[in-house]
Amino acid sequence: MPTLTEKKRPTSRSAGRPAPELIFGDLWEFDPAPETADPKLKPRYDLFIGGKFVAPVSGKYFDSINPANETKLAEIAQANAADVDAAYQAAKKAYDTVWGKMPGRERAKYIFRIARLLQDRAREFAVAETMDGGKAIKESRDFDVPMAAAHFFYHAGWADKLDYVAPGRRVAPLGVVGQVIPWNFPLLMLAWKLAPALAMGNTIVIKPAETTSITALKLAEIFQDAGLPAGVVNIVTGFGDTGAAVMDHPIAAKVAFTGSTEVGKIIMRSLAGTDKKMTMELGGKAANIVFDDAPIDQAVEGIVNGIFFNQGHVCCAGSRLLVQETVAAEVLAKLKNRVKVLRIGDPLDKNTDIGAINSKEQLGTIERLVATGVKEGATMFQPACKLPSKGYYFRPTIFSGVSMSHRIAREEIFGPVLSVLTFRTVDEAVEKANNTAYGLSAGVWTDKGSRILKMSTELKAGVVWANTYNKFDPASPFGGYKESGFGREGGRQGLLDYCKLV
Amino acid sequence: MATPAQHVFRRLFDEVGPVDHVGIEERVAKYTTRSIKKGAKLWGLKTAVSMVDLTTLEGKDTPGKVESLCQKALSPHGDPDIPTVAAVCVYPSMVKHARRALGEDTAVRIASVATAFPSGQAPLRTRLAEVKSAVADGADEIDMVINRGAFLAGEFQLVQDEIAAVREACGAATLKVILEVSELETYDNIRAASFIAMRVLRPNDFIKTSTGKTTLNATLGNNQVMLEAIRDFYLDTGTPIAMKPAGGIRTAKQALQFLIAVKETLGDEWLNNTRYRFGASSLLNDLLRQIEKEKTGAYQAPYYFSEAAESY
Repeated sequence: MPTLTEKKRPTSRSAGRPAPELIFGDLWEFDPAPETADPKLKPRYDLFIGGKFVAPVSGKYFDSINPANETKLAEIAQANAADVDAAYQAAKKAYDTVWGKMPGRERAKYIFRIARLLQDRAREFAVAETMDGGKAIKESRDFDVPMAAAHFFYHAGWADKLDYVAPGRRVAPLGVVGQVIPWNFPLLMLAWKLAPALAMGNTIVIKPAETTSITALKLAEIFQDAGLPAGVVNIVTGFGDTGAAVMDHPIAAKVAFTGSTEVGKIIMRSLAGTDKKMTMELGGKAANIVFDDAPIDQAVEGIVNGIFFNQGHVCCAGSRLLVQETVAAEVLAKLKNRVKVLRIGDPLDKNTDIGAINSKEQLGTIERLVATGVKEGATMFQPACKLPSKGYYFRPTIFSGVSMSHRIAREEIFGPVLSVLTFRTVDEAVEKANNTAYGLSAGVWTDKGSRILKMSTELKAGVVWANTYNKFDPASPFGGYKESGFGREGGRQGLLDYCKLV
Repeated sequence: MATPAQHVFRRLFDEVGPVDHVGIEERVAKYTTRSIKKGAKLWGLKTAVSMVDLTTLEGKDTPGKVESLCQKALSPHGDPDIPTVAAVCVYPSMVKHARRALGEDTAVRIASVATAFPSGQAPLRTRLAEVKSAVADGADEIDMVINRGAFLAGEFQLVQDEIAAVREACGAATLKVILEVSELETYDNIRAASFIAMRVLRPNDFIKTSTGKTTLNATLGNNQVMLEAIRDFYLDTGTPIAMKPAGGIRTAKQALQFLIAVKETLGDEWLNNTRYRFGASSLLNDLLRQIEKEKTGAYQAPYYFSEAAESY
């Protein structure tokens, strides 16, 4: 009789039969389950300046494309320097006459109202977000929109308690702030940026990314419904030149940027020598570190969540998997089985796990870097899933046999591409994890509490998740080390970046 | 100094690996957001019907009650399009009545709980005698309970030897090993106990969550822990072990969520009643009601469906 320690092994394997495999086939195919709520899109979106939708001075508009099927969703106004200046003038006026003087408890009422109105229209916003950006509806429905509302709620709660934000000191708003946000979490980034600035009493000129402007302009409708005083929030849409105009405008007392490290550096160069305050939330190449005593199945789940969440368009994505050599084969085998059951396709389908890549340009970038990985000798795994014939899609991709010198281990891919590296000791894990220009986030998977504490002090990353990944909360500050930027968003620390101490 | 019992726990946990409670809960929460529509829903519902072990385990069970249960098992809704259930599950004293009602040549199998169900607190020879008598009376399957007291005391060898002895007593009958998850309490324990059982089981013998007689029965969480143990054991040894969640699954919606867990964890080869069962009774009528709804577009009143048993 087999005992506890002697594992029962049938003779078939020793006789050279193939190893057992699991079959993830089409025995039970799911029917389409599209989300049908009306996103209530307008055919054309103007700029939101001084509380009103206004046409751009140039009269130019550009198309916003649904990356899931390459159809045109709406026309978006293209703002030039004159439009941006008008936005700043409106913001300055609103700051001087209304918002800057308003008591915090009164500002809180507006912010609470925005949060509630967003909750009321959550389904509509989720569908619009998915159509505009390509992310799976289950993510926009269960993460982006509720989390955006949560940021407004959290900061509304701070607005009348600002005397306690810096113990022993008083705080005052900065004035008008300029903000530029990326396309990976259009509505959520908007909320991250607006809510603390509004709570602190600043007024804002903000530019969403050109591929994802729609939910920002839909939120402008909510500002109108909430009765937010004219000019408190101004939204200018457009391309890089519009963003540069927002960052460079002399009225801006502070600028906040989330996006690529490359653009962040350009902005910092252009602002050198001015007295503008700055916060930058830039790229990342996070290490997700799995030790051999980790709960492997849950670690695999965390790895999947870390890199395939939002198609990997996440600055804190766990794009480098560092796994201890003794369990590397097991982790990789389990990871492949897990990836085989991910569902890639129509982002509006409620069962879709991985949606569309945000734009044709980004798809090209991902394809280029993946080709580099293959060329440099890493082993590529992709599940054999069918992709829709139209739209921008990319299979979840796992590279094994990656070394620190590979480009796919160093550069931010910003797509569903994981590089797997191995390590032997704790020190080696720390060294490899920190051997990057970035330092935004990291993950640690182990059953040992003391090791979690050691790692969290030694990893040079703004966020270290233990036995979980991609967990966010408005109360928790988020931001980077090194070339991942500076300044924090969320929590008390995030508020301090939008005020001066007096 | 650790006691010998602690050593044996640590050794087994080291061997089978830990389970993170929060991680399991997050994983299974994703199953509940799957949206199963139309043809896929109908397939899932019918498959679930074919996986039901229609159960009555009451002190007040009578031959007449068991007979009506068997009729329901053979013809759940008088519709030839709807499959029979997998088995009826009864106490050993009712096996011969079930055999009489079902006959010898039937698609519905007879499962009998045995081994002093639900507590298992009887001498081993009594438990083995009970198993043999149930098999002699015509049981195709035996649902045994493990010795939880011995497990919690770290006497793993005893737990495993008893399972092996029951397996021998089963002869050709399929064995289902009830871990009684609510008494094991932690996911680590559930995973460890799954391995203790699987290592002495034959292909397509079952591990089963619970007796249905305690407060907490099958959940997506403990189902997932056991499915992952089955997967790891299969990939390691090539021996496929079957799974039966029991108790607490009352709605068609729940049953579909459990099946999604099977689909995404073990794959297509476990989506049949040789490898997966539901220990349930009130579940059956909800499955039938949902099938009717899918076919006709309208819900029918519960009294259009014949009652088979009290809830389990």
